[in-house]
Amino acid sequence: MTAVDVETVRDITAQPTGLATRKFKDRAFVVWGIVATVIGLGTLVALVLGLMNDALVWPFAPFGESRVSSHFFLSFPSADPAEAGILSAWVGSLLVILTTALFAIPIGILAGIYLEEYAPKNPITSAIEIAVNNLAGVPSILFGLMAVGIFVQFLGNPTRWFSFLPESFRVAGADLFGQSILTAGITLSLLILPVVIVATREAVRGVPQEMRQGALAVGASKWQTTQHHVLPYALPGIVTGVIIGISRALGETAPLIMIGGLTFVAFLPITQPGDAAFQTIGVLDEYGAAVDPMAAESVRIDHDGVVVLPDFSEMPVEAGQTYDLPHGSTVQSVATWGDAVASWSPGHWLGSEFTVMPIQMFNWTSRPQAEFLEIAAAAGLVLLFITLLMNGTAIWLRYRLRKSIKW
Amino acid sequence: MERDFTKKKLRLGEQAMESLLFLAALFAIGIVVGIVYVVVSESAKFFAQVPALEFLTSTTWTPLFDNPQYGIAPLLTGTFMATLVALSVAVPLGLLVAIYLSEFAGARTRETIKPTLELLAGVPTVVYGYFALLFVTPLLQGLLRPLGIELPGFNLLSAGIVMGLMIIPYIASLSEDAMRAVPRSMREGSYAMGATRLETAFRVVVPAAVSGVVGAVILGMSRAIGETMIVAVAGGTQVQMVSSPTMQGATVTAFIAQVALGDIAWGTLEYNSIFAAGLALLVLTLFFNFVAFWLQRRYREAY
Repeated sequence: MTAVDVETVRDITAQPTGLATRKFKDRAFVVWGIVATVIGLGTLVALVLGLMNDALVWPFAPFGESRVSSHFFLSFPSADPAEAGILSAWVGSLLVILTTALFAIPIGILAGIYLEEYAPKNPITSAIEIAVNNLAGVPSILFGLMAVGIFVQFLGNPTRWFSFLPESFRVAGADLFGQSILTAGITLSLLILPVVIVATREAVRGVPQEMRQGALAVGASKWQTTQHHVLPYALPGIVTGVIIGISRALGETAPLIMIGGLTFVAFLPITQPGDAAFQTIGVLDEYGAAVDPMAAESVRIDHDGVVVLPDFSEMPVEAGQTYDLPHGSTVQSVATWGDAVASWSPGHWLGSEFTVMPIQMFNWTSRPQAEFLEIAAAAGLVLLFITLLMNGTAIWLRYRLRKSIKW
Repeated sequence: MERDFTKKKLRLGEQAMESLLFLAALFAIGIVVGIVYVVVSESAKFFAQVPALEFLTSTTWTPLFDNPQYGIAPLLTGTFMATLVALSVAVPLGLLVAIYLSEFAGARTRETIKPTLELLAGVPTVVYGYFALLFVTPLLQGLLRPLGIELPGFNLLSAGIVMGLMIIPYIASLSEDAMRAVPRSMREGSYAMGATRLETAFRVVVPAAVSGVVGAVILGMSRAIGETMIVAVAGGTQVQMVSSPTMQGATVTAFIAQVALGDIAWGTLEYNSIFAAGLALLVLTLFFNFVAFWLQRRYREAY
C-alpha cells in the first residue's frame, strides 16, 4: 500500500482551488448555449422578416403595395412581373401533393404495420429495414434521376411498353407518364415513404401489448386486432408523420426539376395544352428559349383571348387565326372556370404537364430583374407560411399526444 | 351440427391482408433497386465512352470543348467546400444547443425550443437558397470588403453557411437525444464528486453519448452533401476546382440540376454524365450513412 500524501489530504478537505473560476465557466457556458439557440431561432425570424420586406408586405411597405395579393394568387406567370402570379403553381402543387398523398399514405402505413406487427425475423425483413433506413438518407435529387429513367423515359414512351399490350392502351398509359403530374406525384411519394413508414412504426410500437392480447384473447384475428385495437390508438402519431412528409414534398424542388417540371406554365393543369377549352399559353421567354413544347413563333390561336407582347402592350386575338408572335409574347386565353370544370377528367390532369410553387420561385429567383425578386419573395412567403403551418400542426399534435395519453 | 373451434380455419381475408402488407413493405426494396438500377445502367453508358480513370483523376470538367474532359474532381471539391463550411457552422452551434438543452435548460425551455428549432428543418430549401443569395451574400460582401476580400455574387461561402443553419436542427436534436439517453445516475455521480454542470457535460455526458453525437454529425454532413437547391441558387454554376470558400463553384448536385434545366437531349453523352455524377453522389452518401450506422452500433454503450 502506498503511503497517503498528507498534502493531498489537506487539499481535499480545504476549499477546492479555483471554485469561483469553475462556477464562472459554468455560467458563461449558459450564455454561449443561449447565444447558439438564438442564432438558430433568429434564422427563422430573419427568413420570415426578410421575405416580408422583399415582398413589400406591410409594415415594410405602405399597406396595399404587398406582392402577396389576390391578383398574385389568381394570375398566371407572365413576362411582366407586375402581372405575374402563382395560379398555375399553386394549382399544380395542390394536384401533385394530392397524387403524392394517394400513393404515400396507404403504402407507407401498410408497410409500417407489416414491419412492426407481422414481419418475421428473417433476411427479407432485415433487407426491408436496411432499405427504409438508407432511403431516408438518399439525396432527393437521386429520386429525380430514378424518375427520369423509369417514369419519363421508360413508361412515358409507348414503344417501350410490353409489345403484347394493345397499341391504344400503350399510348394512353404512356400519356399519363412522361413529364406529368402523375410522375411528379409518384416520385415525391417514394421520397416521403420512409418518413411515413418510420412514423407509423413508432406510433404502432407505442400501443401497449395488453391492447393486442385483450383483443386476441376474445377471439379477434390478427388483422381485426390491428385494425380495431392498434390502428385507432396509433392514428395521431401516424397523422403527425404524414403531415411532416407531405410538407416536405410540398417544398421539394430538385426531383421535380429533374423530371422536367416547367418554369413557365400559363395553363391550368386540369386541362392539357391544346384542349378544347384552354389555349396553350406561353410561347418563348425573353431569352428566346422555348418554354412550352407546343410553342412556335407562328401560333394558331384556339380561343379568343389576348396576347401580351414583350413590351407589355396587349393585342386581342381571335380563335382559328394564326399569328406571328415575337419572342417573349404571352398568350392569355379567355377560358373561364366554367370551361375548366366542363373539361375536367382525371386522366387529363394526371397526364398534364405542370409547375409547382418551389419551381416557380426558383425560376423567379434566378432572374436578374429586381421586380422578379419581389414576386419570388412573395412566392417564398406563401410557401414558407404553408410549410411552417403544417410542421407546426404536426409538432403540436405530437406534443399533445405525449401529454394526453398515459398508458 | 357441432363446429370444431380447435380446427384452424383458412381465412382468405387474413391471408390476403398479410400479403398486401408484405407487398407494401417490399416497395422500399423496390425503390432502392430502382434508384441503383437507373443510376448504374445509365452511368455504364457514360463509362463506355469515358474511361473511369479519366473520370476519377482528371481535374477539368469541360463537356462542351472540342476535346471534352470529364473529371469529377471539380464537382467534388465544390461539394466538399460547401459541406465543410456548413459543418463549421452547424457542428459548434448544434452541439452548443444540444448540450445547453440537455444539461442546463429546464424542462419547459427544452419543450419549447426543441420543436421550434425543428421548424428550421421544415423550411423549403429553395427558400433557403433565396435567403443565401439575397441576404447572406450581400451581408458577407459588406463584412469582407473592409478586409480586402471581394466576394462574388455567387459563392460557396454563403451557400455553405445557410446549409449549416439548415442542418443545425438535425445535429442538435439527434445529439440531444443521445445525451438525454445517458442515465441520470452517471450525472449524479459526477455532481457528488463536486463537478460543475459544465464539467459533467464535457467529461461524463458527451463522452458517454459520443457515438450518437458523431452519428448525428455524419447524418447532417450527408444531408449537406445531397442538398441541391441552396447551392444551385447561391453557389454558382461555374464548374472549377474550388480551393477557397469565397470562390464560386458547382457542386455535384448543382451540376445535375443545371443540366436538367438546360435543353440537353436524353441519351447524349452530356446527359449521361449527370448519372455518373449521381453515382458518385450515391456512393458518397451511402458510405456516410453506413459509417454513421456502424458507429452507432459499434460504440453504443448499454446502460
